Amino acid sequence: MQQVFKKPVSLKDVQTHFCPGCHHGTFHRLVAEAMDEFGVQKRTIGVASVGCSVFLYGYFDIDVVEAPHGRAPAVATGVKRARPDAFVFTYQGDGDLAAIGTSEIIHAANRGEDMTVIFVNNTTYGMTGGQMAPTTLVGQRTSTSPYGRNQGKDGAPIRMAELLAQLEGVAFSARVAVNNPKNLMDAKRQIKKAFRYQAEGKGFSFIEALSSCPTNWGMDPIKANERVGTEMCAYFPLGVFKNAADL
Amino acid sequence: MTKRLFMKGNEALAMAAIEAGCRYYFGYPITPQSDIPEYMSRELPKLGGEFIQAESEVASINMLLGASATGVRAMTSSSSPGISLKQEGISYMAGAELPGVIVNICRSGPGLGGIDASQADYFQAVKGGGHGGYHIIVLAPASVQEMYDLTMLAFDLADLYRMPSMILGDSVVGQMKESVIPNKRPERNLPPKDWVVRGKGDGEQRVVKSLYLGDGELEAHNWKLHARYGELKAKEARWEEFMLDDAELVVTAFGSAARIAKSAVMAARDKGLKVGLLRPITLYPFPEKAFLAATERCKKVLDIELNAGQMVEDVRLSVARDAEVFFYGRPPGAGSLPTPEELLEQITNYYV
Repeated sequence: MQQVFKKPVSLKDVQTHFCPGCHHGTFHRLVAEAMDEFGVQKRTIGVASVGCSVFLYGYFDIDVVEAPHGRAPAVATGVKRARPDAFVFTYQGDGDLAAIGTSEIIHAANRGEDMTVIFVNNTTYGMTGGQMAPTTLVGQRTSTSPYGRNQGKDGAPIRMAELLAQLEGVAFSARVAVNNPKNLMDAKRQIKKAFRYQAEGKGFSFIEALSSCPTNWGMDPIKANERVGTEMCAYFPLGVFKNAADL
Repeated sequence: MTKRLFMKGNEALAMAAIEAGCRYYFGYPITPQSDIPEYMSRELPKLGGEFIQAESEVASINMLLGASATGVRAMTSSSSPGISLKQEGISYMAGAELPGVIVNICRSGPGLGGIDASQADYFQAVKGGGHGGYHIIVLAPASVQEMYDLTMLAFDLADLYRMPSMILGDSVVGQMKESVIPNKRPERNLPPKDWVVRGKGDGEQRVVKSLYLGDGELEAHNWKLHARYGELKAKEARWEEFMLDDAELVVTAFGSAARIAKSAVMAARDKGLKVGLLRPITLYPFPEKAFLAATERCKKVLDIELNAGQMVEDVRLSVARDAEVFFYGRPPGAGSLPTPEELLEQITNYYV
């Protein structure tokens, strides 16, 4: 009998610690599939960030270096410059990349570092307990915006994929989601495209991955999944915002 | 014979880093250390290395962290306010057992302060600086030759003990020109870097991290780091002794202050006063045994610093129980550098 579907070799055979309904596990799998497809597992160095994604090394069977909160793009810059033949990616949440780490992501992108950034946006600080993030939607209640995010006071949610697409150094920037099979198949395509940019040495590639956080949103997994498709996609449109080279 | 050169301390340091095999430099401009990134930006590309002028000190220390994790020799440099920004990354490097050389050509503070020579970053350098209770190796050059020699040593010690090491200079040793002999790197047995991330290949996964959440894991990790600090104290303390044998008063100072103190000690000898100098070269590990030995016979110590009193605490902890420790210092700023005559007056006062 022919095997048509199997676990990616870049993923370890372990259960994840992520909450029920969280999309991290799905994104882990898509990233691992892309690694398998390009055959880069053995020369990959992942950069783990602070937050729920720090346990990267528990799930991916690759070498990993851990970065301080927000600094993953700078750490990855050091890794890639010292080992240009390595395949390098960071995996960061919104509190990490769009708040404390905005300087690092903008400048690594602007330098056109030959790396891939997977940015998981769930509009909240997940591991820290559901506080307001730069991507928290207007009106969204969190443990530090108990009356809902107020645009006049807190500013509007930042659209990172569009913002980074403005920079000359960025080769590819896209926003994806995995809330339904159609979006999931597209997310798979875009992640592979982002990886191809690096595999072919074409520069900085960025994937913003819309994710659910049922625990901190106070929703069951199904409701949380629905919110990604409705509220989140309405403010954070899916699509490709920069595609510099024809791959 | 190796040619003698006449150059700035900052340039000698950069030249030594390259001789030590450093090919990766990440930094951000700040006076009075900008000669270092300028030198590296000019020389590293010729050697196939990489120079990055980072967007901030925070980014540059994390670039150093990333490069170091792959096993290469790498360096960053800055001056006092910039070093404060690097403390987060230094703590992470200490926690993840990453080598790497960090240069602090100190200026006066606190805050923006000024660009004058200062030793007010002593506490920050030797007591951890960042969060979490750790130490790094701290070397204090007092001449351009030492800027060269100690920088090469800093790379070897960092690799040998798997921890960051710091050159703690100041604007005097950084900016002055002296003759220097650019020695070749001495042979030293260093352990293989079998911990670096390089892509797992056909081997086992490697992870460079400082997060330990299992019961007892972090405590065990910390005890391991602290055992290494003990080993450093036992094996790597370095100091200079000058006219100590018959001294009735031990003068102690490090870096630039020791240069001025040495002039004052020689002037005191000319007046017939039995005074000697004990100059710590490693500030961490602090040369505790040298202070104990010196003060078992001679019971008076005068500590001189370009600050309001920092190293003096370590001196007090290291001397014989019944030794008296006096302090003379000037918090830094324009016009605050003590003269040899000023220090001679202090020596004369405490000698009696």
